[in-house]
Amino acid sequence: MVNLMEETKTPKLPLIGEKAPEFEAPTTQGNLKLSDYKGSWLILFSHPADFTPVCTTEFMAFAEIYPELQKRNTELLGLSVDSTSSHIAWVRNVEEKMGVKIPFPIIADLNKEVSTLYGMIHPAQSKTETVRTVFIIDPEGTLRTILYYPLTTGRNMQEILRIIDALQTTDEHKVATPANWKPGDPVVVPPPKTAEQAEERVKEGYDCKDWYLCFKKL
Amino acid sequence: MAMPCVSPDGKPTASGMATLEAIKEGASTPKAISDATGQPLFRVRSGLRELVGAGFLELSDDNYLLTPNGESVL
Repeated sequence: MVNLMEETKTPKLPLIGEKAPEFEAPTTQGNLKLSDYKGSWLILFSHPADFTPVCTTEFMAFAEIYPELQKRNTELLGLSVDSTSSHIAWVRNVEEKMGVKIPFPIIADLNKEVSTLYGMIHPAQSKTETVRTVFIIDPEGTLRTILYYPLTTGRNMQEILRIIDALQTTDEHKVATPANWKPGDPVVVPPPKTAEQAEERVKEGYDCKDWYLCFKKL
Repeated sequence: MAMPCVSPDGKPTASGMATLEAIKEGASTPKAISDATGQPLFRVRSGLRELVGAGFLELSDDNYLLTPNGESVL
């Protein structure tokens, strides 16, 4: 039986290809709206809690790739259900003890508005903490990638950078990227939609394994 | 609540002052202010909301202008 009460309480989770839901939230760098990031790529990510070991390693790793992200017109925005004061104390501690400055803002989602909107709380894992999510949002505000990690697994920054590179390559060149692709590798030409295009495809000078799998160098 | 451009006593912070100075020098859009101050665009947009709310700026035809209150702190 459908539980109508439950349905009305649970917002529809955002999906790839949809507009990322707008929000306004307090952060360590002032009140920010999602729309403040219009024109930039944005990595919105959640972590379970401040002053926890895996999160600390992740924040130092995010800070390390931040200059590379900025070269790619990409900003970072963290989130947990801790307070702004907790965030400030934690980032000051990370700088003091670990020598790493956290240059990006962190949302203090005490009322869980943003985390609920984005489906960042998975009750079977934890009813009080956000799991490790990554939402990659393009300059027009469209959700392009969603990643979920459990509480115990720290994220791979090189994979996040690789996804940004792949998405931006796809947008610029109208191609797709194969498994384990990295910048400089051959890309995949979109498969032909008609038999005639398939016939032409093999004559176009691409590295074709067959009519539906063709690579090219950019 | 954290306010990067307006301090709790209602005065512009250093980044708020940089924004007001940039507007005085002729920058009037978020992008132009970002270019003039070196602040990221998202920070500029957030700060402009605060400075308007605190009465230092007004928005007219998509351009930010100093109010008399904003001019008085420069």
